[in-house]
Amino acid sequence: MMRWVFASGLVFVAGCMSEADNPDSAIIAKEDLQSGFSFLTAETQRLQTDEFENPAYLWVDRGADLFTHSTDASPACASCHKDGLVGVAAQYPKFHESSGELLNLEGRINQCRTEHQGQAPWAYESDELLSITAYVAEQSKGMPIDIEVSEAMQPYVDKGRDYFLTRRGQFNLSCQQCHTENWGTQLRGDTISQGHGNGFPAYRLEWQLIGSLQRRLRDCDTGVRAEPLPYGDPTYLAVELYLATRANGLEIETPAVRR
Amino acid sequence: MRDKALFNATRRQILTAGGGAVLISSLPLSAFADEADLLRARTDLFGDRPIQEERVTVKLPPIAENGHSVPLSVSVDSPMTDDDYVKQIAILSPRNTLPLIGQFHLTPFSGKAQVSTRIRMSGTQAIQAVAEMSDGSLWAGSTETVVTLAACVVL
Amino acid sequence: MTGIRLSVPETAARGEVVEIKALLRHPMESGFRRGSRGEVIPRDIITRFECDLDGTLVFASDFHPAIAANPLITFHMRATESGVLTFRWTDQNGEVWSDTASIAVT
Ligand code: HEC
Ligand code: HEC
Repeated sequence: MMRWVFASGLVFVAGCMSEADNPDSAIIAKEDLQSGFSFLTAETQRLQTDEFENPAYLWVDRGADLFTHSTDASPACASCHKDGLVGVAAQYPKFHESSGELLNLEGRINQCRTEHQGQAPWAYESDELLSITAYVAEQSKGMPIDIEVSEAMQPYVDKGRDYFLTRRGQFNLSCQQCHTENWGTQLRGDTISQGHGNGFPAYRLEWQLIGSLQRRLRDCDTGVRAEPLPYGDPTYLAVELYLATRANGLEIETPAVRR
Repeated sequence: MRDKALFNATRRQILTAGGGAVLISSLPLSAFADEADLLRARTDLFGDRPIQEERVTVKLPPIAENGHSVPLSVSVDSPMTDDDYVKQIAILSPRNTLPLIGQFHLTPFSGKAQVSTRIRMSGTQAIQAVAEMSDGSLWAGSTETVVTLAACVVL
Repeated sequence: MTGIRLSVPETAARGEVVEIKALLRHPMESGFRRGSRGEVIPRDIITRFECDLDGTLVFASDFHPAIAANPLITFHMRATESGVLTFRWTDQNGEVWSDTASIAVT
């Protein structure tokens, strides 16, 4: 794979491997994989790793509460998931055989919400969905992302990859140009990372609260002045899956802290 | 084969793209404060009593990557006994819309005159802390932080 | 209750100075921001934080709009007696959030 570094307006080729080694130019070689964590200042890293001060734990606490106590007549999540959901988040998004859909963690939780609890699904960015997703994902913290692409999943991976490589917006930029070719470079006082979703839902200092991976994707699309897709859009689901395959092996950090 | 056209983004394109969402969202409602506002806020709190630049240490990271939340720690050199302790510490900004960020009220039970919190900063500036002792004397210290992404839309 | 996180040592030796941390979930909306349609988002902030040990004030703070969202405060206390610490946050409209933690002094 190739890395391009922008320096004083000029483009240099920093390192090359033959195309045959890695046919997907958007995939970062395993030895170069880095979490967004490594592009933060020491103070922000400390805020993430301090399990008391990390403000995202305010949402994880609420998620634990929602998981164990049902506020309505429906059975609590914990009544069926007695041993919790350790390791589950590392395998999402996942293809759900019985419904024939690709589901991210939010979608899978909402499926239990409707099928097993008989309740309306929680909306994206609702406090409930953010809290419970953060709580479930936190149970996989430290575990490597482990996505195995089945035949049924391949079309979604391809669709996500397409979105990743396509230029869009007034700035006519693709995800690839920022997150594969320019990671490590400065962008308005920000350092561009490799664009992995391993920390989400994450607390962004900019949002001053916790947000989903799709909110982050919407911010990136808005950043290039493209119209962001609506929450839960099948294309964003496919992008989430593609990002997870691209981040395979990277540890889950939820709930991360980001700028 | 790779699509060469993908690699044609210029640095300028990339540089201007990032802050887009922030820039279009808003402008501050009121002008930033300046050094004079800080002095006025200080006078409101402490009158024109003399302030000595000693005994107060303000700790901030040298670079804050987002002005929405910057870790601040302030400590005052004081024995913190029943009859010699820090009564109050005021945190002041020369650049935020409101110069007074917060006040900490300590007691002899505090044991140690060291307090931390997280503050908003609308840009690079020197944050000042003024400590009022139980005997009424005033002491101050300050530290500058470079803010790369200012909370300018906030304060 | 959720929305409040307290860090208080369960035990302390008499005379020891202990570190106390308190975190509240709150937007600390400054009143200086505009929403997506240009409208001013009204101020909504905590204005006062207090911590007392069985009714005796240990530490207090006045918050202004530049205290960050989800305010975190770290301070100290000289452990003199066992008791219950009460933490209380009051917003601009007088609404109160509170929680307690006990400390055993030996
Ligand atoms: C103009 C450059 C740019 C483009 C184009 C862009 N992003 Fe980003 N992206 C950023 C910046 C800057 C950040 C925040 C800093 C960081 O973590 O990289 C970010 C953050 C992210 C993150 C969070 C990383 C983390 O660790 O928190 C993900 C995931 C992401 N982008 C995915 C995408 C996807 C998918 C696309 C295409 C739809 C995209 N980005 C397009 C600049 C860009
Ligand atoms: C009435 C029982 C029941 C309730 C209540 C319930 N679930 Fe489930 N849940 C299941 C069953 C059955 C499965 C499928 C198990 C499997 O795939 O091994 C499942 C699967 C899941 C999965 C996917 C697991 C995987 O390995 O892919 C997640 C995540 C999940 N539930 C979360 C929740 C949450 C969060 C709640 C509460 C909002 C909840 N569930 C409530 C029964 C329940």
